[in-house]
Formats: sequence, C-alpha cells, structure tokens
Amino acid sequence: MVASLSPHPKGEGKGSRGIISALSRRLSPTGNTGDAIFRTALFSVALLVVLIVAGMIVALASHSTQSIRQFGFSFLTGREWDPIKGQFGALAFVYGTIVSSLIALLISVPLSLGIAIFLVEQAPRYLARPITFLVELLAAIPSVVYGLWGIFVLAPFLRVHVEPHLARWFGWVPLFQGPITGIGLLTGGVILAIMVTPIISAVVRDVLAAVPNTQREAALALGATKWETTFVVLVNGAPGITGAVILGLGRAIGETMAVTMVIGNRPQISASLFQPSYTLASVIANEFTEATADIYLSSLIELGLILFLVTFVVNAIARLMVWRVTRRTAGAM
Amino acid sequence: MSSSTSFATPKFEVKSHALLRSTATKIAVENLDFFYGKTQALRDISIEIPERQVMAFIGPSGCGKTTFLRTLNRMNDVIPGTRVEGNVTIDGADIYATGADVVELRRKVGMVFQKSNPFPKSIFDNVAYGLKINRVTSSRSELEGRVEEALKDAALWSEVKDRLKTSALGLSGGQQQRLCIARALAIRPEVILMDEPASALDPIATSKIEELIFDLKKQYTIVIVTHNMQQAARVSDLTAFFLLGKLIEVNSTEKMFTAPNQKLTEDYITGRFG
Repeated sequence: MVASLSPHPKGEGKGSRGIISALSRRLSPTGNTGDAIFRTALFSVALLVVLIVAGMIVALASHSTQSIRQFGFSFLTGREWDPIKGQFGALAFVYGTIVSSLIALLISVPLSLGIAIFLVEQAPRYLARPITFLVELLAAIPSVVYGLWGIFVLAPFLRVHVEPHLARWFGWVPLFQGPITGIGLLTGGVILAIMVTPIISAVVRDVLAAVPNTQREAALALGATKWETTFVVLVNGAPGITGAVILGLGRAIGETMAVTMVIGNRPQISASLFQPSYTLASVIANEFTEATADIYLSSLIELGLILFLVTFVVNAIARLMVWRVTRRTAGAM
Repeated sequence: MSSSTSFATPKFEVKSHALLRSTATKIAVENLDFFYGKTQALRDISIEIPERQVMAFIGPSGCGKTTFLRTLNRMNDVIPGTRVEGNVTIDGADIYATGADVVELRRKVGMVFQKSNPFPKSIFDNVAYGLKINRVTSSRSELEGRVEEALKDAALWSEVKDRLKTSALGLSGGQQQRLCIARALAIRPEVILMDEPASALDPIATSKIEELIFDLKKQYTIVIVTHNMQQAARVSDLTAFFLLGKLIEVNSTEKMFTAPNQKLTEDYITGRFG
C-alpha cells in the first residue's frame, strides 16, 4: 500500500521540467485542438503567478540598487537608521521583526495546540462546531481593529497587570528590566500571538483531524491513556504541525498595522522587552510617504526586499512540511 | 460474501485434542445488548469463550460480529453515542463495572485490526510502544529482549532483525500486519482479539498469519472475526455464527461445518445467503 502510492509524489515533480519541454509534450495529449487551447490558456494563467512573483523581486531589487551599492552587506548589520544624516542600517528592524515574531510563536503555539487538540480529541460536537467558528472568525478581524484594541485595551492591561509582575519576579533577567510603558516589543508580540493563533490552530486542527482513527485505536488497544493516545496523534501530525507553525511565523513577520500601533516604533536594539522597537513592515508603512531623498527611498525598498525574501523562504518551508505530512498520511492509510 | 459452497478440508487436524485441553471459561458474556444511538446492533448475546482456544466469529457483513468483538476490550467506548447493556466478565471480573480500569483491561485483552496500523515510527519503536507506555521493562536490555521475543513470536524476527531502526511503513502489508501482532504480543496479553486480520492480505501472507494463530493459541485465548469461512474452518476450535445482531449458534468448528444444529447456520455455510 505504501509503496504503491509512491508514483504520486513523482507525478508532482513534472512541474519542475523546463517550460519548453512542458509546452511541446503536453499541448495536445488527445490531439484535440480545443484541448490544446484550453491547456495553453491554463498554462498562461499559471505562468502569470510566477511572473508576478519574479517581477516583484526584480522591481524591489532594481529600486534598491542605490542603497545596495552604497551600504553593501553592512546594510544588514548596521544598527543606525538616521534619514537626516543619510545613515541606513536594517539590523534594528530585523531584530524587532524576529523578536516580536518569536514572542508571538512562544505564546500562540502552545495555545493553538491546546485549542486544536481540544477540538479534535476532546470536545463533543455541539461544542467543537461553535468554537471552530469563533476561532476562524478571529482570523477575519481586520488588523487595524486589533491595533486599536491593542492600544486601548491590551497595552494598558499589560502595563498595569502583567509587566509589573514580570519585572518583580523575573526582573533579574535583562528581558524584563527597564521602564514600563505598555508600548513595546512585548505588547507587539502579544498582539501578534492573538492574531496568528487562529491561523495556527485552524491548520493544526485539520492536520490532527487527518490522522487516521486507526492510529488512535492502535494506541488505545495497547493500553494507552487518553493523553498517550493524543501524543501518538501529535507524532503522526508532527510535520504538519511544524508547517502550521511556520505559516503562523510567516504571518507574524509580515503583519504591519496592528504591530505598528503598539510596538512604539523606535529603531533600537534593547535587551528589554518593555522597550519600544520597530519592525521591517512597520517602518516601511510609516516612513514611505516622507522618504524624499533617493537613498532614503532606496533603503526602504531594500527593507522590503529583505522582508519579501524572509517571508518567501518561510512560506516555502511551510509548503514543504505540509506536503510531506499529506504524502505520509496517505501512505499510512 | 463468498459464493463458493465447497470447503477445503481443515488444514490442521487439531479439533479433537484441542477440545480435550483446558476448557476453563475465559470470557463470559450474558444477555449483551449493544446500541449505536437508537440502532440496536447486538441482541441478547450470551456466550462463553474458553481459555487457550481459538474462537471464530462468522456471519454476513453487518451482522455485528466486529461490534461484538470490540465490546470485549471496550473499544466501542471511543465511538460517541454507543451504549452497552448486559454483562461481560473476563476471569470473573465485570469489565463494564463502574470503576473498572479500561487501560488495564486493554493491556490484558490485546487487539489486531482489519487494516494494519503501525505507528509512523521505527519497527523497534512500534513493538516497544506498549512496553514503554505501560512501563513494563526496567532496562534497555530487557526492553530489547522483549521486543525480540515478540517479533519472534509473530514470526517476523528473521525478516526484520537487520532493519529494526527503519520505518515500519516500509514493510509489506503482510509484514505490517505481523508487526501489529508483535506489538500486541509484546505486552503479553491474555486474550487476543483479531478483526479480520488477513482480509487485506495475499494468500501467502494470509497463510503465515493463520499458522501464527495456530501457534499462538498455546499461550493465548484468541477470538477472530473472519469473513472467510475456510479460514474459520482452518484456524479455529470453536465457531460462533452471527446474523442480524443475534448469536445463532456456537459449536465446535468441526460440528459447525459438518452438521450444524441450526438450519440458518447450514444455509449460511452452504452459501444459500450472505
């Protein structure tokens, strides 16, 4: 059964053949002209997507040549971002983006796993349905609304009820030192966590639901408890869960509006999570309109290029993971 | 169902002395009713399953034989909306009593499923799984010993001993099913329930499983559900015939296939319906 399914993944590899061979070989497998036109039309549409992606990379790269030439690799390592002096370095934004995304994952991954496990393994159907609906609804809220809620509810809440306690109990860690304002990396990370949780939990739920019931029965029949059975299900879904997490990470990295509203927007690298920070996406959105000098604009576009490449790579990894899990669960059945 | 009306003579001539062996009752079922929601799947089943013998359940599709098998290790508990009435005792203990330990029950009553279901882990880890979760072994060497023993008992050791660390999903269908048997044997259950264990296998793999069942009954009480009447005739000491959720007849396999007591049994066995 497992072996007999292996031709399937090979079939997907056809797409990687050269365009010319694809055209010459596939145009009219039936010898019918209508089929040939239909295929060419579909192929053009598919090609369009590739062209758009390639075009974006080219455009970003060509518009940022000035800053790439002037700063070279030091653009990535430079901490200073001073439009007036003409000094541009991306490190503070890369740091803010990565740290806020990591905080988001740290909070949302356990939360999402819990939600997904509850929905698939524990909840009775009358409870699972409305909860699933609500979780998906969360994903549909516009990010500017999350931002407003972040400013008026979340930030004050963290400032009054969470950050003082973190400082008191964990103040010996540099992460939780310094003045408490409620606006900063931690708040940015928490709002991101709330935004990516629906995405991660929805994907993990689908992954767990796809694990064949025979796996649960196998574990139960060997005297496994509910928790041990759930663990078997998680092992089955591990690659897919990883894919879900990376998908959430991609979303967190690219998220702009809500983070911009609560992170403080100061390009600095500080050990403290209470301090304001800045992300790649936020700085582009905030400063694009005021970038009058060519080198300023070029630097912002290079930030966009970095952001694009990071999300592109993260998404590619996620696809690969999800593809692996679907192939393997098909094999296990 | 099979339309053939002829039967191979049982391959193993064991029936006569098998019945002379221990006939102590292992599992006793009294007036068992089973419901999926409002649908009643089993009606008033009473049966005694003796120790260290093979009992086969036969009957047409949907007659309740698999459902009944799964009541014996409470596997139906995981299906929402099911309900059991009546008594099932194993070694005299009521397995549906309030406070009965289901985990302990399933350790004692192992199960092999229709579709082989190895975990996506290595061959070794598959067999070791039950030992690990039940904390049976105290050392690595003991664990390895038990895994080897189980694989040998399942007649799989010689085929996999050089690749214990490779994925179980790389094995053939017949090997996967024997691996699942090894996994069940590793925790040394007392009863093994088999739900059409050979239905997805080719004739060679099937005969290996059948030989295995024949060997295993020296140590285990085996209950096997099968669609294949020749298989029931070959491997079992006793046969129970189910129809529409009712137990029609239980008898020694020999008697069942030569001179059954019930007209319905005879009609089914000779292929007049089903």
